[in-house]
Amino acid sequence: MDKFSYVNATSLKQVTSLLSDSGWGEVMLIAGGTDLLSELKEYIETPKTLVNLKTLPDMDGISSDASGIKIGALTTVADIAMHPSIQQHYTVLAQAAASVATPQIRNVGTIGGNLCQRPRCWYYRDETVNCIKKGGDLCYAVDGLSKYHAIFGGDPVYIVHPSDIAPALIALNASMIITGPEGEKTMKVEEFFTLPSDNPFRENVLQPNEIVVEIQIPNPKPNTKSFYLKAREKGAPDFALASVAGVFEMAGRTCQSANIVLGGVAPKPWRSTEAETAVTGKMVNKAVSMKAGEEAVQKAQPLNDNEYKVTLTQNLISRAAMMAVS
Amino acid sequence: MASWGEASQSRLIGKRIARLSGKDKVTGKAKYTYDINRPGMLYARILRSEVAHANVLDIDLSRAEELPGVKAVLPIIEVGKKLRYQGQEIAAVAAETDDIAKDALRLIFVDLELLPFVVTEEDALAEGAPQIRNDWAGNKSNPGKNEQGEVDAAFNEAAVTVEATYHTPVQTHVCLETHGHVVEWTDDQNLTVWASTQAVFGVRNDFANRFQLPANQVRVITEHMGGGFGSKFGPGVEGHTAAQLSKITGKPIKLMLTRKAEHLVAGNRPSMTQHVKAGASSDGRLIAYDMQGYGTGGISSGAGFQAPYVYHVENRRTERFNVVTNAGNQRAMRAPGHPQGAFAMDSLMDELAEKLGMNPLEFRRINDSSEVRQAQYTLGAQEIGWHRRNTVPGSGTAVKKRGIGVGSGQWGGGGGRGTQARVTINADGTVEAVTGTQDIGTGIRTAIAIIVAEEFGLRTTDIAVKIGDSAPGLPSGGSGGSQTTASVAPVIKTAAEAAKQKLFEHVAPLLQAPVDDLRVGNGTIYVASDRTKTVTWHQATGLLGMESISESGNWDPELRQGGVAGTQFAEVEVDTETGNVQILKIVAVQDCGLAINRLTTESQINGGVIMGLGQTLLEERIMDPQTGRMLNANLEDYKVPGTFEIPEIKSIVFDTHRKVTGVGEPPCIPTLGAIANAVYNAIGVRIRELPITPDKVLTALAEKKA
Repeated sequence: MDKFSYVNATSLKQVTSLLSDSGWGEVMLIAGGTDLLSELKEYIETPKTLVNLKTLPDMDGISSDASGIKIGALTTVADIAMHPSIQQHYTVLAQAAASVATPQIRNVGTIGGNLCQRPRCWYYRDETVNCIKKGGDLCYAVDGLSKYHAIFGGDPVYIVHPSDIAPALIALNASMIITGPEGEKTMKVEEFFTLPSDNPFRENVLQPNEIVVEIQIPNPKPNTKSFYLKAREKGAPDFALASVAGVFEMAGRTCQSANIVLGGVAPKPWRSTEAETAVTGKMVNKAVSMKAGEEAVQKAQPLNDNEYKVTLTQNLISRAAMMAVS
Repeated sequence: MASWGEASQSRLIGKRIARLSGKDKVTGKAKYTYDINRPGMLYARILRSEVAHANVLDIDLSRAEELPGVKAVLPIIEVGKKLRYQGQEIAAVAAETDDIAKDALRLIFVDLELLPFVVTEEDALAEGAPQIRNDWAGNKSNPGKNEQGEVDAAFNEAAVTVEATYHTPVQTHVCLETHGHVVEWTDDQNLTVWASTQAVFGVRNDFANRFQLPANQVRVITEHMGGGFGSKFGPGVEGHTAAQLSKITGKPIKLMLTRKAEHLVAGNRPSMTQHVKAGASSDGRLIAYDMQGYGTGGISSGAGFQAPYVYHVENRRTERFNVVTNAGNQRAMRAPGHPQGAFAMDSLMDELAEKLGMNPLEFRRINDSSEVRQAQYTLGAQEIGWHRRNTVPGSGTAVKKRGIGVGSGQWGGGGGRGTQARVTINADGTVEAVTGTQDIGTGIRTAIAIIVAEEFGLRTTDIAVKIGDSAPGLPSGGSGGSQTTASVAPVIKTAAEAAKQKLFEHVAPLLQAPVDDLRVGNGTIYVASDRTKTVTWHQATGLLGMESISESGNWDPELRQGGVAGTQFAEVEVDTETGNVQILKIVAVQDCGLAINRLTTESQINGGVIMGLGQTLLEERIMDPQTGRMLNANLEDYKVPGTFEIPEIKSIVFDTHRKVTGVGEPPCIPTLGAIANAVYNAIGVRIRELPITPDKVLTALAEKKA
């Protein structure tokens, strides 16, 4: 990696002022560093300054109040996975966090970093390949090897968003607090992520001078069941070939409402309104769950090597729906 | 006649004995080449080609040379030559720190004329493909042809025939410790090398030749090493470069390959593609076999494989060739040619059996002339519960379907001459066993201690085993072909016997008994005909006074034997919705002769099974036809088995005789066919291309449905 200076953060104000004039890539934030360090080592990023967020006070921890829970952006993935109340009331989130990488990575990786991590695409991660995301003209996956690439929302860049936690948070209707030079703002996690057609260079709307500080999740409705299903080639560590975060509000076997968000299949966590519609208001059974899967992949546009992801996604959605009534 | 004695008489040989170096390894005390640091040592790195094919027009090293902390920059390829694969060496840098060396590489300017390339077999064989070698038209070697019996007539007689294409991709070795050396010139005529190698003396002789030194002025040390699997027999470009840089700078040099370079240039198992047609008679005899096949060993040749394999077929015709591609060289990899061949052959056997309506195990029994394997089939079938397999493959409506399969293998492992060893008994009772072999993880260090301790009536921890060093001048061969134990053990055994005999000669007068009436007990020497006459080991060695006993051994072929048979059974569970294959259990029945150490023998079988299942389910070098680059030269997308993939492994040491035979390689062979056949038995769809990943399973299931 190239040389950089290293600054221990003392306050959010200091952090945003360090970031404010730099544009992308000059000053970068580091928390767990599990993603950033590999980008530095491969010269994908070459910042002049790294700002260490771990020295910031009060950004680490899980608390709850009447409205729900709050998770500081520096909270480790492991702490989320093992939190008893999250395991009980926000099962999809605990399961998603537990599926991330390895114990070592979960113990240092943070939720903020997990949401802001960069794609794993093997062309993007190769310094010598100048793809669209790095200012070039081609998405090499289109004519190249695309086994791990997107089947939804790809055009013109067919990366997939690698986060397991993001689909779970969106399915739980979570919000996030972002701080910038003008102060705090709150937005839905769902609105945080963007598609390459809007901005091929970034995967979210965060500005160069902003920082994610907290995640807020409302209380789940009564009689909610939630799951995170993740298909991968290897038990661990491995990123999702496809994943489903499903949150189902049930009345007996009838689904009152459903949030179904897919991971590993699109450049952002992919909300499947088609699958949600197919189960909402229905007695969930084999036929309904199959229909939800089928509807969800109607608009899939696979590349040369990832047709299998269409079947896989369809099957995972059906499985998740059936789990709501089992 | 020399013998290892009866099992009932053995105190240590054949028992489960903990590895002598185990504690050092798990506590980090064991020093690998990677851990060696010398005073004043510099760090070296190699600039490698990032393109698959190019002419080198110019190389400018000046900016790298000017970087503070850089001590030497060495061109490796000459201007005007061709780079022929990604990873090929261009230049090297030695610097005060590894970081400076890495920065310096980025300051080397290389002007290239890019040339068309082929990195896949498909592209290499395509009409109009760029020619990679002038002497190989169409990027193919001259085919090797073989024909025996009356093939066409046999096909006419066959009751059933199967035609199929089987493919295994290139697999890399993934040594946990990457290739590399620490090199130090003690003066301009004496070279010391710490090498991560499986051939201490091979590396010594290579350096001696390369630098025109007397062999006895090169010392190579490999106390511990982190895996070779056939890829670490020589210093390679990186070793020679390290020695040159050390000579130029007058400092010790450490040069270890990066993980990426390890994938690109440190060897691989070649690919295999077989188009095969085979026929069987209605009574289940395999009578006809016709195979055309090829593989790529990258820029080099050597992509051989076994076909047919294990099972006898009288009428056979084979034609095979190598395909050249712009990719790193193949090297020997654990049982070269066998796992690929076994996957194809065992898949084919099951396909034929199904057409015959015959139990695949029965079909094998009819066509397998090995009595050992016949017995192994019985034992393995019992252990896995063969009767539980699906009589109709893929039947049932469950989402997760289970299946059972079988596969077979064979190997040599009989060892050979070329090892010298010395066993020394000192007057203070200490014992040393010295030889120039190396422990590449198989446990030869412990095996040597067991043999000597058994002979002397001592504990394994009483024996100082000194291996992995050329300095004592006791050569031994490289650890390859599963030959180490069968090469080394007889020499150690005969040396220990000779030393014991010498000690008995000192003790005989004291005990007033003839030498041939003396025996070792538990730390004692006693008279067989009068057990009241006894001395302790220390009393006995005390008689040596200022002397010590030091004896060499000889390779007595009566103490070893080559040729092993193996069979494995696998039970798998396939998730038909996700395409995930979970292996539930592997039963590995491995013929091995006398297991000096049953514990490390079982470990070798476990390791072989794990490597075999990695090749079956996960591993594949992925070359990109667009960019000419390996897309998964890392451990994220090049997937090796982890704890979740490793099932219950029942390793059965199948003793057939009391002579030593190596088993480093054979246990990785039958795994492939066993798993592939189990997957078929589970889902009723055959996957003829490895690795069996979810995409292939789901695609195959979808095709079956349609």
